[in-house]
Parts: sequence; structure tokens; C-alpha cells
Amino acid sequence: MKRASIILAAMLLLAAPAMAAPVEITLWRHDTGDLEMTAGKAAVERFNHAQSRWKVTVEAIPQGSYTESITAASLVGQLPCIIAMDQPTVPNFAWTGHVRPLDGLLPADAVAGLLEGGRGTFNGHLYSVGQLDVVLALFARRSQLSALGVRVATIEQPYSAAEFHDILLRAKRSGRFRFPLDVNGAFKGEWYSYAFSPWLQSAGTDLVDRASYLRVDGVLNSAAAVSVGRYYGRLFKDKLAERRPADDKAFEQGRSLIHYTGSWKAREYSERFGADLVAMPPPDFGHGPRIGAASWQWGITRTCRQPEGAAAFLAYLISPAEIAAASRATGLVPLSVEGAALTEHYRPDGDWRIYFEFARRYAVSRPATPAYPALSSAFEKAMADIRSGKDAAEALDEAVDAIEHNIARNNGYGFTARKPGGGS
Amino acid sequence: MNRLSPNRGARRLLRDAALLLAMSALGIVFVAPLLFMVISSLKSDAAIFANLNSWSAYLPSSDWSLRNYSAVFEKSELPAFLLNSSLIAAPIVVGGVLVNSMLAFSIARMRWRGRQPVLALVVAMVIVPFEVIAIPLLSLVARLPWPGIEHGQLVMHTGWFNSLHVQVIPFLANAFCVFLFYQFFRDIPPELDEAAKMDGAGPWTIYARIIMPNSGPVIATAAIVLFISAWNQYLWPIMVIQGQAFRPVQPGIQQFFGRTNSWGQIMAYASVITLPVLAVFLLFQRQFVASVAGSGVKG
Amino acid sequence: MKPTLGQDSRRSVALFAAPALLLFVLFVALPMLLAAGATLTNHRLMSPEPTRYIGLDNYRRLLALDLVVIEPLRDARGALVRDEEGAGPRYPTWRQVRQQHPQLEGYRAAFHLDAGSSRIVLAASDPLFYRSLINTFLFAALVLPLQCGAALGLALLVNQKIRGRIFFRTVYFAPVVTSMVVASIVWAFMLNTDRGMLNELLRGLLHDPNAGPDWLGDSHYALPAIALMSAWQGAGFQMLVFLAGLQSISPELYEAATLMGANAWQRFVHVTLPGLRNTIIFVLVSTTLLAFGLFTQVDVMTSGGPLDSTSTVVYHAVRSGFKEQDVGYGSTITLVFFLIVLALSVLQRMLVAKGASK
Repeated sequence: MKRASIILAAMLLLAAPAMAAPVEITLWRHDTGDLEMTAGKAAVERFNHAQSRWKVTVEAIPQGSYTESITAASLVGQLPCIIAMDQPTVPNFAWTGHVRPLDGLLPADAVAGLLEGGRGTFNGHLYSVGQLDVVLALFARRSQLSALGVRVATIEQPYSAAEFHDILLRAKRSGRFRFPLDVNGAFKGEWYSYAFSPWLQSAGTDLVDRASYLRVDGVLNSAAAVSVGRYYGRLFKDKLAERRPADDKAFEQGRSLIHYTGSWKAREYSERFGADLVAMPPPDFGHGPRIGAASWQWGITRTCRQPEGAAAFLAYLISPAEIAAASRATGLVPLSVEGAALTEHYRPDGDWRIYFEFARRYAVSRPATPAYPALSSAFEKAMADIRSGKDAAEALDEAVDAIEHNIARNNGYGFTARKPGGGS
Repeated sequence: MNRLSPNRGARRLLRDAALLLAMSALGIVFVAPLLFMVISSLKSDAAIFANLNSWSAYLPSSDWSLRNYSAVFEKSELPAFLLNSSLIAAPIVVGGVLVNSMLAFSIARMRWRGRQPVLALVVAMVIVPFEVIAIPLLSLVARLPWPGIEHGQLVMHTGWFNSLHVQVIPFLANAFCVFLFYQFFRDIPPELDEAAKMDGAGPWTIYARIIMPNSGPVIATAAIVLFISAWNQYLWPIMVIQGQAFRPVQPGIQQFFGRTNSWGQIMAYASVITLPVLAVFLLFQRQFVASVAGSGVKG
Repeated sequence: MKPTLGQDSRRSVALFAAPALLLFVLFVALPMLLAAGATLTNHRLMSPEPTRYIGLDNYRRLLALDLVVIEPLRDARGALVRDEEGAGPRYPTWRQVRQQHPQLEGYRAAFHLDAGSSRIVLAASDPLFYRSLINTFLFAALVLPLQCGAALGLALLVNQKIRGRIFFRTVYFAPVVTSMVVASIVWAFMLNTDRGMLNELLRGLLHDPNAGPDWLGDSHYALPAIALMSAWQGAGFQMLVFLAGLQSISPELYEAATLMGANAWQRFVHVTLPGLRNTIIFVLVSTTLLAFGLFTQVDVMTSGGPLDSTSTVVYHAVRSGFKEQDVGYGSTITLVFFLIVLALSVLQRMLVAKGASK
């Protein structure tokens, strides 16, 4: 055995000039739950073993300060080849020139198979791809709903916003639930835009006018948006949801009737409640329920010296087999039809197929503009102020002000006004 | 203290008891959050939440265990982070005490033009919070050279990112410590210097043999200030360290939050990074007390 | 008595002063100058556009103020329109006000005063800056007595010749060594409205199941809550400083006072306090300076809310500069703030010097 390995080593040494050692490709990702980290590591190992030209190495950065770390590194030109990005921030990275377009680098059919949430585009070009997504849902328990005489919402018949409010009031009056609805009040950051800007879209409006990406006035503070804002504020005024919960276990411990959260909780809740668990579409504000789409995706930096290697890894990741493997390991929603068909939970007769359907029917990406971080930050502040009692019209007006200022300050982020007076 | 009459003795006992009670009551207020942290680290998550509403949050539960600690050591690179933080804190304390006391000595004890303006500038720098200079400092540090050895040759790398020295060198000079040393040195009687100068001692001898040995309390204080600021560094490592290799403990705990949902484990992590510091302080404290009692310089 | 005449040799001075000064220049002064330079530009953190010189635009945006009076909304018959809860008259939203008063373009409401049914509004181009400034001073005013008072009290206690005082000293110092992140989490737990320790205690004491304010969620309580937490965390350190000061007071002075018939209170006022004079000044000054730099607790616990009641100047600067990526503007905020604090410390020194010379 030893002799064989010596011979092998000698052969490799001799062949070295002809067959170079695998070129190293660095990848930075955000540090997140165990399941995702292990799944990610396994995928990298599979890729490294499947071919000998490239070797991907992973560096994990704490999620809470991920953007700051990436920003600091980009400032001084120290970005790796591949970076993970939260999809809505991709246009910003593209605009600042940190990531390169993937159009020529990835096979077109692989990309075409992805659902909307699997692609990050800006100005007509593709900049990032993702394997998995998370969908928003109203989680509840059938037993508790029927005990209150409340119907279960379905895809065909979701709750209307008014109906939803009534249900919560009924639950509160029953005395059994201190705060019938849990909306993750303790979360910070992107959650607000992710979870509540779909309510704007469901009401027929949006964060920004997507035709021009320049107009916010009359969109974010339109009558429809203000009514959504007031609806949200009333949830806290009527004590239907808790402003600052101590933890996110209210639903699991029976203190809340409904938990409005992402399907990352699906596995945990199914294990705990089994068939009693029901995942319902979010409330309909008039134009059908909507959910945020797209989660963390992968892009290639402009300073990468081996873009083909990086592209090879990305193409590998979005193959149906890999998407299926990732979904199996983490329980999250696979972003391609073929991938879904290969998994136990998300295939057409799987028990979690409903999340896949939510993704297919309701998902709307967040606005693809480099102004997105500013949009999200202003919206988050507006919601926080509404939660604390500020009038929704005033809070949204302030958000519009802040965003307009930001867009003007950045010369429209490269978008040009099609009508006079867009941006100042 | 020569009140020995029995009446006084009894009163003294009462007074001591009252004092003890007051100190304990205050002690509870001060230590409650930390007690909560340590006790919770020994409980399972369910027990933590079950006990949250009552006093049993401060008492260990019947099924206490070190499970959370073993999970922390498995899941995270905590020992590496602890090592990094120690390797950062030690030079900052030693180097900082040296460098800052030397500057204070030169201002307090030496005569030179520009002494007063320099003092004023240093005091002005105490006001500057770190966050203010963080971004320009980032650009600066990305362009500074640093020597390294590659293939047996001396080469110059550009940029200090992802290293230990980037977390040490910018923090050696500490305006607050300079100010502490200056105030203290000013109060040391100059007669001691005079005597040494008569014997032909130069400034270095005065510094090393007279001033510093009599400065136990301020050295201990400065050491504590430097150590704490080094141990608690958070914003800066986030900006300049993008890999595990040189990450210190505070960003480490942030990383840990992202990884786990378990409050018990988070409390265990927090305990591991807090208790050793307390132990170091306990050690230092005795020095502090000894030197103050033995200095006999003041009063 | 001054040391020997003449000046020390340049080389020896340089040897002692140079290392620290060099480090200060490179790592503090230089970045500050860069930041000052950035205030005259529109430098952004990440942008494909080149940085432009914009003169004093940032300063104008930061400091501009204007005063305006708004009339409430009236319906067709001229009666006041009431808001949802019927609490007070409804006023036009700020955008509507701006349409009526075009000179307010770019301004937002900072503070308002209701006089009768009209509303007097002080509008600023950056109302958050003014609110943050007030919050910062308010915070310093709250924290100063809490922290220094507690520190003095603790030092007095721990200075007594009683068993276990080293143990207590460590206990009181424990919060100082706790990392801000950890402390914020534990305190957030304890301040939770529904299930937190503090409110449970209040509910028990007052026998009222609804007692206990929403500490971090109510704009009136959030800043005091953070002040409480900061005092808790900082008192131990100032206690040590006071301790050193106390131990430097000669015991003979106390004995003399006792012989003259002074009781404990009189001894405190006439021996302890004067002896601590320099220490007290030092503690007050350093606590004030540290209070002005409040950032981490706000960042971790409240993100400047609720309703901007805990936003401090440094927090506003970091958010503008780093999160919203407007480095030019963030630097402007910090520079102006630095000048304000500098002016205050100079003022403080002059007052102290005057008091000393009396």
C-alpha cells in the first residue's frame, strides 16, 4: 500500500506541470444556522471532489455584521471570488461595480429553470443565483382555530385583511391568548421590508414605482399604503401583537394563535405539531396575498481572477440535484421545479408542497434598485415609528422624504427620469 | 482605632452587620444580571423560560448540567477566539502602560517647549469616540505596509487587514491613560527627583527607579482600562477581520448568535468570556490594594 | 518647587514622548483630519461616482433651522377636524405643510409646541441631529448623578474595614468587565414589559397586575432605562477611582476631626469631601465625556428608537456614515459634535479654575 502511494505521488509529481494543482477559489458567506452551514460545507466538498481543476474554500462571517464586513473589505479591494449576498442588495453591489454580470458565464438553461426567487437581476443583467428560498406564511394549529370557530384559510380562499383582524380580536376576547399574533417584533433589519412590503403590494401599491425606480411620492405614501400602515399600527394598539417579545417561542408555547413568519420554522413546527399544523397564505389586502421572494444568493466579484472557476461552482449549485440536496438538508424551499421534484417534501405530492406553491404564486421580488438598502432602512424606521404610536401618514411621509433625499444624493442611481421632475 | 470598651464593641458589631446588609443588598443589584447569565448557562432552554417570571431564574434548576458549555466549545471556535483576544490584550496592556506613562512623564517631569499645548491636545483627544475615526482609520490601515517573510525573504505587504497587529497598534496610545498618569505623576513630590538628580541620575533612571515603582495604583488602573477596552473591541474587528483566524471574542459572540437559537448556549458563551476577566481583576486587585497601602506617597 | 532649571535634552524628551505622540498622530489625529476633509465633500462609502467637493453643503444640511406656525385642518363648515382617537385637532401632514410654505423645502419638523389650536413648529433640515443632541445631553444629565453617586457610595462602603470587602469590590466591579453585547441582552431580558424581572418586581410590590411600563418601547422610559443600565455598568470603575482617592486621605485628619467632636456626617462633609475634591472633578469630567460617546447600548438595544428618543449624536453619525453610507455627512456630524464638546470642556475647565481660585 505504501509502495503504491509512493508511485502515485511520483506520478503526480511528474504530471504536475501538465496537471496543475487545483486553483483555489475563495468564497465568503454569512454565518447562519447549523443546518445551512453543514449543507453548504457538504456542497463545497462534493464540488471539490467532483472535479480537480478548482478548489473552493469557505470563510464564514457573522451574519449580524455581514454587510459591514463586506463593505469594509470592498473599500480596500479585498473581496474574494464568490460572495453571498442577500438578494435585494444585489443591485447595489452591481451598481458599485463589485460584482460582475453572470450572463455569459452560466448555462442559460440552468438559469431558466430557476423560479423568480432564484435570480438577482439589475438593469436587465443577471448578477446572482440562489438555491433556496423562504416563504412567508401564517402558521396556526387546526385544533385551536376550530376551538374558536375560525375557518382555515387556503390558497383558493385566503383571509382578507378585515377578516384577519376580526379573527385576532375574537382570539383576544376569548382570553386564551395574551397576544394572538406573533409578528417577530424582536427582529431587526431586513425583516420589516421582507415581511411587510408585500402587504403594500397586496394593497396595490409598493415601496417605489418600478417603472422608473425614481418615484416614491404617491407610491409609498399613497392612500393604500397609509391604510396598510394604519392596519399595522392597530395590531399593536389593540394589543393583538406584542411590540417587544422576549423570544420567538410564543406560538410554540401556545401563547399566540398565529405566527407570521418564514418557512424556516416549517420543519420545527411540523415536528412539534404534526398534522395539527397548518400553513396559511398571508392576509389579502385587495390584490391577492403577496410574499417576499429571494433569500441569500451567490455572485462573482469583479476582482475575481478565475471567473470560470467561480462560474463552474455556481452552475453546480443550481443543478437540480444540488438544489434538491440543499433542500433536503435544510428543509427550505427549492427554487426550481426539477429540484423540487427530487425532494420528498416539495415534490408535487409532498407534505410541504404548499410552501413551493406559495413561492410560485405569491412571490414578488423586492425592488431591484441600488437604492434598496435606503428603501429598506427608511421603511423599517417608518414601521418602528408606527409601532410606537406615530401616525402612519406622517411616518410614511418621512420615509418618502428620506428616500427621495437619498436618491437625489446619488443622482438617481443611474436611472434617468422619463418625465420631468423625477428626483431633485 | 483604640475604642475597646464593651459598649463600643457591641455598637461596632451592630454597625458592621448593618453595613454588611447594605453591601449585600447593593451587591445583589449589581450582580443580578450576571448571576442570571451564569445560572441560565447551566439550565436547559425550557427551564430558562419556565423560570423567567420568578425568583428561580436566579437559582439553578434541578437538572443543571454543563451541556451548554460543551455545545459552545463544539460549535464555535471559542478557544481560538479566547486566544486571539488574549494575544491582543496583553501587548495592549504592557505596551500601553509603557508608552502612555512615558509621554505623561515627559509632560509632568521634563521641561520642554510645547509641553502645555501637547497636554491640551491629548486631553482633547479623550473626547473623540472611536466610531468617529473608524472609517478614515480603515482606509489608512488598508494602505500601511507591514513586513513579512516569504520564501526566506523580507517582503512588504500592503494593508494590515486580517492580522493581530491591526487590532493592537492603533490602540496602544490612549489619551485617557496619559491623562491618568499625568495627574498621578504630578502629585508625586519632586523632592524624590531632586535627591536622585543630585546623585547624577538621568531621566530614564528617575522614570524607572522612582516614578514608576511609586505608581502602583495608577498602573493598575491604566492596565484595567486598557485591558477592558481591548477585550471589548467590537466594531473594529468587524471591519478589519474577515476570517476566523484572527477573530477575537466579541464578534465571536455575534457569530454565535447567528448560529444558535439556544439562550442557554448563548449564556454559556457569555459566561466564558466574562468570568476569566473577573478572575484577572481579582488578581490585579490585590496588587492594587497592596501598592496603595504600601506607597505612603500621598498624605 | 520646580525641577532643575533649563530644559531637558531634546533627545531624552523625544525618547519619552515620541512613541505615544507618533501613535496619536497616525491613528487619531490623521483620521480626524481626513474626516474633517470629508466634511467638505459628498464622499460616499461605496459608489461608482467620483467624490465631489461641495463646500459647506453638509453643514447647511446639518444645522439649518426655521420656524413656522401651522393651522389645524378645518372641514367645510370651519370646525376643527379631530384625529382618530378624538384626542386633539388634526393637522396637515408635513408634506402638505411644505406645499403651502415652499421655503421649507428639504426641512422636517423637529419640535413643536401647541398654542391654543395652532401649532408652532421648529423645522430643521436634519431634525434627528437636534433631537440626538438633546438626547445626548439628557442622557449625560441622567447618568452623571446616578453613576457618580453610586460610585461614591460604593467606594465609601467598600472602604470600611469590614470582612469580605474585597469580595464586594469584585462584585461591584463585575458589570464593568461584562461585554456590552452580553449586558444588553441580559438587560433586555430583564426589562421586558411582559415577563421581565423588573416589571415582575414592580407588579409584586404594587399588587397591580398591569403595573410596569414598557421600558424599551415607550419613548418616555427608554432613555432612562439605558441611563440606568449605563450607570450600572460604569459605577464599578469610578468606584475604584474614588477608592484610590479615599485611601489617600490621611487617617490623622479623621482622628483629629473625631477628637474635635465631629460625628460621621460632619466628618464626611469636612474631611472626606474636601480631600476628594480633585477625584470628584476627575470622575465627573470623565463620566461626562464617556456619556457623550454613547453608542453601543443604543445600537444593540433600541436602534435609536422608539420615536428617536434614544438616538444619540454618535449613533446618528454612525448610521449616516456607515449604514446609509454617506461618509461626508457622517463626518460632518461628528466634527460639529466634537467642537461642541470641546467648547463645553473648555467652559468646564474655566469654571473649575475659577472655583479653585476662590
